[in-house]
Amino acid sequence: MSDDRHIAFICSKGNLDMAYPALVMGWAALGNGLDVTIFFTFWGLDIINKHRIDHLEVAPVANTSMKMSMMGVKDPNLGIPNLLGVLPGMTAFATKLMRDKMEELEVPPVREYLQMLVDAGAKLYACKMTVDMNNLSKDDFVDGVIDVVTAADFIDMTDGAQVIFI
Amino acid sequence: MATREIAGATVQVDDEGFMTNPNEWNREIAVEIAHEEGIPDLNSEHWKVIDFCRNTGQATGKSPTLRQITNGAGVTTKELFSLFPKGPAKKVAKISGLGKPEGCV
Repeated sequence: MSDDRHIAFICSKGNLDMAYPALVMGWAALGNGLDVTIFFTFWGLDIINKHRIDHLEVAPVANTSMKMSMMGVKDPNLGIPNLLGVLPGMTAFATKLMRDKMEELEVPPVREYLQMLVDAGAKLYACKMTVDMNNLSKDDFVDGVIDVVTAADFIDMTDGAQVIFI
Repeated sequence: MATREIAGATVQVDDEGFMTNPNEWNREIAVEIAHEEGIPDLNSEHWKVIDFCRNTGQATGKSPTLRQITNGAGVTTKELFSLFPKGPAKKVAKISGLGKPEGCV
């Protein structure tokens, strides 16, 4: 493995299940000695928004892979009907299921996980255009977010990096 | 199974250089592998981490993950990454004479 490998993630989704891929792969990359940069854009800004980071959710509606098996039902193909998914509390329920599973596997909550990555040297940036679009500013983000930068800045800083879009 | 000489002892290693028999490990071997991994001196903080990994390896037969190390050995993530720079996951396991860590956290 070359000594100067650099990997960059673009996080564009803010659902709980879409927060973890960059955290898990970023942490693995840091553990193996790679430089890691993460660029948060569109709904991905929720992952670094200090008012949202502890409240990321996963919705069962239109989620064709989320099956009853998460609740211990044996049939792997038995879905959660969309009609039930629209009931109040169903998103909170699905979110709790996922959080509990993560905790069982000793996977830390998003805020703690993100802090681990920052402590291990990951560089976090927020996308300027979507920060403006959502009326946010750097003060809305957790410690460890280095700056709000443009897409062109991100392209510059990831010269030679492997880029993964999530 | 390949073998190699480390610190005057012949030990079994896998393709990536991880020792495959933890019982062949000793502290001199740890010092020499650390040299190879770019860590010139092992201080008491390094040993705190290595000893924790050895104890975990003995108890579970597996390398602890980085988070298990920070939680169990009482070092912060920052400290762990500065003690074993550029890739602590593999370095710590290798120096401790254990296999590659299997967990994702």
